[in-house]
Amino acid sequence: MDTNYHIHITSKPKGLSLNLREVWDYRDLIVLFTKRSFALTFKQTVLGPAWIFLNPLITSIIHTLVFGEIAGFGTDGIPKILFYFTSTALWNYYANCITQNATTFTSNAAVFGKVYFPRLSIPISNMISALIRFAIQMLLVGAFLVFFLLRGEVHPHWAYWPVLPFVLLQLGMMGLGVGIIVSSLTTKYRDLSILVGFGVQLWMYATPIVYSLSIVGPSLTRNIMLINPVTLPVEVFRYAFLGQGTIVAGYLIWSIVFTFAVMILGILIFNRVEKTFMDTV
Amino acid sequence: MADMTNDSRKVAIRISGVKKRYVLGQIGGRTLQADLQSWWARKHGKEDPNTVIGQDQRLIGQSFMALNGIDLTIYQGEAVGIIGSNGAGKSTLLKLLSRVTAPTAGEIDLYGRVASMLEVGTGFNGEMTGRENIYMNGTILGMTKAEIDKKMEQIVEFSEVRDFIDTPVKRYSSGMYVKLAFSVAAHLDNEIMIMDEVLAVGDMAFQKKCLGKMREAAMKEGRTVLYVSHNMNTIRQLCSRCIVMDQGKVIFDGDVEKAISLYSASKDALIRSAYAFTEEDQGPEGEKSAWIESVVLSSSDVEQGEDLEITFRINSRIPMASAGFRCVVTSLSGEAIGLVPSEEFSIGAGVTEITMVLRTGELAPGSYLFDPVLYDRRKEDYVKITHIIQAIGFRVSSAVIYYNTVWQKKYWGNVLFEKMIRVKDQEEDPGE
Repeated sequence: MDTNYHIHITSKPKGLSLNLREVWDYRDLIVLFTKRSFALTFKQTVLGPAWIFLNPLITSIIHTLVFGEIAGFGTDGIPKILFYFTSTALWNYYANCITQNATTFTSNAAVFGKVYFPRLSIPISNMISALIRFAIQMLLVGAFLVFFLLRGEVHPHWAYWPVLPFVLLQLGMMGLGVGIIVSSLTTKYRDLSILVGFGVQLWMYATPIVYSLSIVGPSLTRNIMLINPVTLPVEVFRYAFLGQGTIVAGYLIWSIVFTFAVMILGILIFNRVEKTFMDTV
Repeated sequence: MADMTNDSRKVAIRISGVKKRYVLGQIGGRTLQADLQSWWARKHGKEDPNTVIGQDQRLIGQSFMALNGIDLTIYQGEAVGIIGSNGAGKSTLLKLLSRVTAPTAGEIDLYGRVASMLEVGTGFNGEMTGRENIYMNGTILGMTKAEIDKKMEQIVEFSEVRDFIDTPVKRYSSGMYVKLAFSVAAHLDNEIMIMDEVLAVGDMAFQKKCLGKMREAAMKEGRTVLYVSHNMNTIRQLCSRCIVMDQGKVIFDGDVEKAISLYSASKDALIRSAYAFTEEDQGPEGEKSAWIESVVLSSSDVEQGEDLEITFRINSRIPMASAGFRCVVTSLSGEAIGLVPSEEFSIGAGVTEITMVLRTGELAPGSYLFDPVLYDRRKEDYVKITHIIQAIGFRVSSAVIYYNTVWQKKYWGNVLFEKMIRVKDQEEDPGE
């Protein structure tokens, strides 16, 4: 029996500790939460896991038709369906990290009210589920990629492929950070939970998802897009994966700094809110 | 009391000066704009624009103290019961210890990992199988997957639901659900176990098994158990020390029997010598062709062995040829102690007064509730007419000292049977 185990509870906040060690102790719980989110999503559905493919596939076909064919947005010469599928999957991954986590406190209130475990395990498992969904979608994207590679219509920068996991990690961390800040504030201001779905939708249009950054000429709009911290990771991903993308070093650094800042701030606010949110929910 | 105990024992939980304040009324309902305005005004030393004019600044957000200064030291291996009426702060205290919410003031030190069971089956999901839920529930309560793997066999065995372990729990009966959930919690290795009324569900045999398991955990394995319940019997069976809480404070800490009698005394307000009932007071069951208007006791306090006269005033719409009372005597906490039948009688339509004599010689000293059912026997069929639940009470007192002590309810129960009589033996007596 571990008699040295000691927990001290006070009314004062713990200071600026991120408390990540405890999260690590509960890693099995994170794995189980992740498994559960998959197991439960597809129970009693007809198509089951096929929905993971169908959703972005249909969205990309619509994007191809509306933005690619009708509006005629440029895709840097990348085959349209491949461009839109990759971008949509990437954006869905980021958006899921935000929207799934934005309701962490409100949708888990029943469990949180009865037992303690590091609350951060829920957002982290949400992020992992979003990443796994993305990976599954990439299988289909990969099939498209091979098809267009054989036809010689796409030329990825293979040398940059090792960067891809880092881009995904960065997007995940940023989404997690934004998501938990929203979830912490939602315990007090419910308006935010309504705003978040709408906000993420708008954010997509400010990010080069349904078009490429290269079609935006030098202007205020372009600068705003560059300041958008999601723009550069998306462009870097497409540059490596599909061979075309606009990379601006300064804005890339800004995006990375922003990611760390938003994540650390998020965890600090989250840890503070988790102590007493049960009294206000 | 804590100072009576030997201080060489290791402390498991130390609570000092803990308070918990809740704000009354609507919480979290403010808008972001109003909060920003108030914050801006505070920063600049101006008056808060969101204060209602004339409002007393001290009363903003009326609050109440759910816990108002709790100091407690609990040692390793103790099984401590916590009792008190609703709203006394028992559950709030357990919530703080489980770290579900933080105290407003004061400090708590926990020496050991805490397993909190404020509810049975936290994190259970109906769609998942029994086995999957064991993993889920176990990890939520702080075990690792490897630890659960090791204990899986024991947990399944204890739960008595082996045949259904790979069935989704939404197909379980509520009893099976509880058994499974409790089994997980009972097999945790945590040094401190916190339970809130979790044993109130489940059948008696399983309840007993659980209490046994908990007692074993405390006595043999040196684990610390904190147990909240309204069921005094389970407190008696499990706990070695008992705390009575009232209005956010600890009003008694020490011997279990004394704690229970102190708590029961506050419920004695129920005991009067005359009761008038309306039709609404009668239990939901029964034919309702008659109702009991009032019950008058010759006294609400009787000496053990003294006869208690009970006068029932019955208002009947129909004549009854063989009516009778079937009365259940219960303890103040509602557990049935025994059944008192009555002589049958016949009454006509209208109001009739019937006086019965209840002999109290077999009831141990203490307070009791009395639930009469009025029935009418029609041929071989007993038809329930009306029923009064837990509304009539009386106290039995006794000056008798039994075996050098007062009556020990915990060990002796509620019934004093008649003395055993020695059979006159003839052949073996050497005196003959």
